Amino acid sequence: MQGTYEYLVAQLINGISLGSVYGLIAIGYTMVYGVVGMINFAHGEIFMIGSFLSLIGFLVLGMLGITWVPLAVMIVLLATMLLTPVYGWTIERVAYRPLRSAPRLAPLITAIGMSIFLQNYVQVLQGATGKPMQPVIRGGFEILRRGSYNVSISVMQIFIVVLTTFLMIGFTLLISRTSLGRAQRACEQDMGMAALLGVNVDLTISLTFVMGSALASVAGLMFLLNYGLIDFYIGFLAGIKAFTAAVLGGIGSLPGAMLGGILIGLIEALWSGYFSVEYKDVAAFAVLILVLTLRPTGLLGRPHLEKV
Amino acid sequence: MAKEAGLTAFVVALLSFGLVGFDLANVNTNLVLKTRFADVAIVVAIAFVGRIVLILSRERRFSTALLILIPATVVIAIPVLGRFVVGGQTKATLAGVLPFHDPIVCWIVLILCLFFGVRAVRGLLRDASTTTDEDRELRADRVGARVQQAGRYVGPAMLLLAICFPFFNLVPGLGKLADRRILDISILVITYIMLGWGLNIVVGLAGLLDLGYVAFYGVGAYSYGLLAQATGLGFWTCLPFAGVMAATAGLLLGFPVLRLRGDYLAIVTLGFGEMVRVVLTNWTKFTNGPAGLGNIPRPTFFGLPVVQPTEGGGANFFSFFGLDYVPIARIIFLYYVILTLAMMTNLFTLRIRKLPIGRAWEALREDEVACASLGINPRNTKLTAFAIGAMFAGFAGSFFATRQGFITPESFTFIESAVILAIVVLGGMGSQIGVVVAAIVLIGLPELFRELHQYRMLAFGAAMILIMVWRPRGMLAHREPTLRLHPQKQ
Repeated sequence: MQGTYEYLVAQLINGISLGSVYGLIAIGYTMVYGVVGMINFAHGEIFMIGSFLSLIGFLVLGMLGITWVPLAVMIVLLATMLLTPVYGWTIERVAYRPLRSAPRLAPLITAIGMSIFLQNYVQVLQGATGKPMQPVIRGGFEILRRGSYNVSISVMQIFIVVLTTFLMIGFTLLISRTSLGRAQRACEQDMGMAALLGVNVDLTISLTFVMGSALASVAGLMFLLNYGLIDFYIGFLAGIKAFTAAVLGGIGSLPGAMLGGILIGLIEALWSGYFSVEYKDVAAFAVLILVLTLRPTGLLGRPHLEKV
Repeated sequence: MAKEAGLTAFVVALLSFGLVGFDLANVNTNLVLKTRFADVAIVVAIAFVGRIVLILSRERRFSTALLILIPATVVIAIPVLGRFVVGGQTKATLAGVLPFHDPIVCWIVLILCLFFGVRAVRGLLRDASTTTDEDRELRADRVGARVQQAGRYVGPAMLLLAICFPFFNLVPGLGKLADRRILDISILVITYIMLGWGLNIVVGLAGLLDLGYVAFYGVGAYSYGLLAQATGLGFWTCLPFAGVMAATAGLLLGFPVLRLRGDYLAIVTLGFGEMVRVVLTNWTKFTNGPAGLGNIPRPTFFGLPVVQPTEGGGANFFSFFGLDYVPIARIIFLYYVILTLAMMTNLFTLRIRKLPIGRAWEALREDEVACASLGINPRNTKLTAFAIGAMFAGFAGSFFATRQGFITPESFTFIESAVILAIVVLGGMGSQIGVVVAAIVLIGLPELFRELHQYRMLAFGAAMILIMVWRPRGMLAHREPTLRLHPQKQ
């Protein structure tokens, strides 16, 4: 069965839907890195909080009696995209803004502190046990069949890929067409100069965090819907995988983040499918080290010239 | 002011609405949603009042701030403290008045009230002083400089205290100061101090950001554990081997990351740390997987085991020196072992800073391109930094293994790397005494306050953020150039 073409297709489908989740988180990392030049270590926790808020949202809707799936998913999507970014905004305001002119390691330490804080905040408030959820989006289509083995795409996976594509298009337009996107690109190039020319740097940076958090919260919702079990610790691994994806694609580059996310998703799915599930994380990091050794700026990153 | 406070309250309301307002309780295999809106209201109220107090202190209107703080403190203090005074029915009523069910949260709020109260009173008393942020920065820098100058005396004094410390246990009356629990905490703190000093070589001196330092700690622990089990050799024989293994792991990591810098380096080292942990967990045949290694031999005193003497048990520390057996002696012995190892690390770092390789590290940290053009080989310099830093982590790892007698891969998670890096950065990069202070603050204090239970790590994360925002360059940061072109007058 492992040698068949159908098996490969099934793994590719899994990989792409997993990779979409990583890609959405990775955009938050890469955008923040592009503008502020720091690793927002707490971004994985934003993803985790997004999935917790989504779960709470589904239960609240269940209590209110709204059970029509498309409506419920729509409402939860909007609610989590509104509430989770408040966390992103607060993190920037509390932990990063006071340190903007500090040595480079200082915001990294507050980011790690913030990550520990948020993990335990959720653990204290919601308990340490995993939170299960019944599948909300059911059904799927069979696309290939060989003997008793059939390959199918679930509605869930289609939903993930379509939503990701939709968000990516919207987002690219936002960055390339609106004044906010222009301000952001200006801050990326030279913060001081942008401020001199009337760009509100603080606001732009805050909005960068807000947008990244909104995308991460969508990823959290997808994770919840796809796996149906979350706990306070999911943010850590998803976070470093997504950061790996951002670095792999070339940090600072938005298409790179998406590409890196899909690649990491594919590597994981194929490695688990053909070799061993246990070592899938090792495979992802090994590929990262390999790529960085051969091309230190990532796949789509611009080369950075070192000057004395 | 009301607008600003209102905005804060609004943000806090949005933050707490979801996660504080609803409680996902696991009941059997289902989730049950409970609401806690009262808590949300209290949190928002506290945020509103707290913000007003903060604004008032910022505008130096301390008397108005006190006007709010004193009643608030009294309102919270009566139910919190009152429970110790009264009993029976009144106690139950008081518990009902508490803003939160958990008394620890009330304590934290009370302590915050007192902290700002004391600050306001101090501000009132020194009304004329108008210290700006810059003044404070300068003053703190001077403290760092003074500590560094005083290091000549403070260092040995601290060492002397550390050496004498366990003997408090034997002095009647002082026994409480160094009982079993405190000694255990001290051993833990010194282990982290040693790890901090080791990482300081990589991060502080060579300027290479390493987020996977715990990997070498793990390699050291497993090297000792596996070698001791396979060959039956003791701690001291295996120690150099564990160091060599960890240093090799450092070289292995060093090679592929030579061209990387900054954050790319950070993520690769982080990935390396995770890879080591995953391998330790899954290579069941070799490492016994998640179940871990047990029965790791204890260290001996020049071949004499420090255990309770038994009939026909052979030579023993106590029988050899004709001493009476005291159970605490084993802990005190471990304490001295780690103290020796840590001081070795310290001495090594202090000395190597003055050697060409140490100078090369510091030069590399400042500017790699300039370094290469002056004939320093960046590759070898970086690799030695990785290897030597890793070696000390390996030593610390084997100590950890011998102290616990039992190791699992779960002891070597990313959070450990983060804690060690935090110790180095919070202490002030490159400052040896800073590492000691930061380790005591970050490791010792939370261990002492075990009563905080689940809030311990919460407080830990908050402390990391607050200290860093308070002193962005570390608590005792003061970087004096080793050479000056135009010597300044003191």
